[in-house]
Amino acid sequence: MHVSKDEYDALLKQKSPNSPILKDILWAAVIGGLICTAGQGILNLYKMAGLPEKDAATATSITLIFLGALLTGLGWYDKLAKHAGAGTIVPITGFSNAVVAPALEFKSEGLVLGMAAKMFTIAGPVLVYGISASVVYGLVVYVFHLA
Amino acid sequence: MEYLRAFITGAIICGLSQILIDKTKLTPARILVTYVVLGVVLTGFGLYQPIVDWGGAGATVPLLGFGYSLAKGVIEGIAQSGLIGVLTGGVTGAAGGIAAAVVFGFLVALVFKPKSKS
Amino acid sequence: MAVNRMGARALRFRNAPRIAGHAAVVGKKEGEGPLRGTFDYVAEDDHFDQPTWEKAESEMQRRCIELAARKAGREVRELNMILAGDLLNQCIGSAFASSDSNVPFLGLYGACSTMAQGLLLGACLVDGGFADELACAASSHFCSAERQYRFPLAYGGQRTPTAQWTATASGAAVIAAKPERGRVAVTGGAVGQMVDLGVKDANNMGAAMAPAAYRTLSDYFRDTATEPGDYDMVLTGDLAGVGADLLIELFKQDGVDIRPVYSDCGLLLFSPDQDVHAGGSGCGCSACVLCGSILRDLEEGRLRRVLFAGTGAMMSPVSVQQGQNIAGVCHAVVLERQEG
Repeated sequence: MHVSKDEYDALLKQKSPNSPILKDILWAAVIGGLICTAGQGILNLYKMAGLPEKDAATATSITLIFLGALLTGLGWYDKLAKHAGAGTIVPITGFSNAVVAPALEFKSEGLVLGMAAKMFTIAGPVLVYGISASVVYGLVVYVFHLA
Repeated sequence: MEYLRAFITGAIICGLSQILIDKTKLTPARILVTYVVLGVVLTGFGLYQPIVDWGGAGATVPLLGFGYSLAKGVIEGIAQSGLIGVLTGGVTGAAGGIAAAVVFGFLVALVFKPKSKS
Repeated sequence: MAVNRMGARALRFRNAPRIAGHAAVVGKKEGEGPLRGTFDYVAEDDHFDQPTWEKAESEMQRRCIELAARKAGREVRELNMILAGDLLNQCIGSAFASSDSNVPFLGLYGACSTMAQGLLLGACLVDGGFADELACAASSHFCSAERQYRFPLAYGGQRTPTAQWTATASGAAVIAAKPERGRVAVTGGAVGQMVDLGVKDANNMGAAMAPAAYRTLSDYFRDTATEPGDYDMVLTGDLAGVGADLLIELFKQDGVDIRPVYSDCGLLLFSPDQDVHAGGSGCGCSACVLCGSILRDLEEGRLRRVLFAGTGAMMSPVSVQQGQNIAGVCHAVVLERQEG
């Protein structure tokens, strides 16, 4: 072989098309923004229904998670995500999609070791690092009496 | 105006994440982890509350908002039960979302059938 | 001294084993592509009437072997052996496809190069007098591969433009010893070596495989004192857009222009508007292109001499997560139409 790894790496970069970044960003921003706007609408509905601020926020999250799960089950979420990228990954509906998709997919390996065990293969790290970060933050606040 | 602010905030957060995905080849799972931790850290430094105040759902719906509710939960937990609250607060704050994901995930997986892609 | 070797790597089959029958069975998307009309069976539903994707893949391969045997005028049980492979862990797609056949079975793994690997080994066995008639087959299923290598189907991920689409497809060919059994013969080939040029991106497998294709092809040209122009077609397994460009570039550095005769199965199977990014991949991609349109073109005289180079990217989700490079491998097979 007369091509070294470095030379091949350079050739490869030259021949590999990049992601269409401007189009990607536009899609992500518009869809992500729309999901958030929908969230605002849902939040306002719950508030109008008389829920206290905090409960309304939780109810909004729950509603969006439900919608994300439903659209995942119908096979629509991934179709939208193909274009929207981060616009569908980053909102809480994306978290829901990350939970539901493996659960649905691995149902074929049984309800316990398949569906339930695989449910958090993608979203699990979010809980591990999110909760750990909150505990570290809590310890700092507690030890230094910041609250 | 409230809706426009939510849209703008959400759009900026998602647009920035798209740059991260395209430019750094970070996998989506890593993006999600980064955002949740970042949400906790920004809230801890008092930087996220102003964004929530301005952007409303635009700031709470993205996963940064999940970190925000974890961090807020910890503060409330500590106020209520001290050291125990350090452990229980975060999950309590995010309990609704986590339980909803589990239950709806379970139900949807039971009801629907995996589909092929084209 | 092995008498059936030429030069350092090339093999020749003196008895020119024949392709007695061949078949291609594909999924819906593949059946809508540019090669529609060359397949023996196109599924309306990628489930193939099975409850799981793994069983669907086995059923697809089983039907394909059955069709190939039938077109060769045989029942599957009359075959001496089945050599088959797929992408699934422990090769379950192929093992279960032939579990009811009562035919001696060899499972193969060569990633997307499996069809070439099977033809090469099958030709060796028939040419060496170890079998009168045997079947070689390979398959891949988008849905079973996706859940093993990447993400669940319903997960909303985005693919990079260099990514390839695993074909839902299977191809099978019956190789026979007697010359009257077919017009197309397997006359030579070469087993390729692993080539690792440090590619790590699992979404750019064509780039990982192109150096292996270059290595095997250039070795074969040298050993047999032939050049690309001596073949009607030089067909790589599934380098797809990025890999095919890289292969052309690697040959160009030697002053060889392969473009006039060069094709790639990953580019032939899908059209650009089918949203498959760089092109097709998976064991079934080169298998169904070869056993669908190419062998037919050879039989009907539109092609006379084809150098088929199946390419495989050697990796697993474990090796990728542990940061190992993706190595490529490429096996070559020469298929020639015999006159008279």
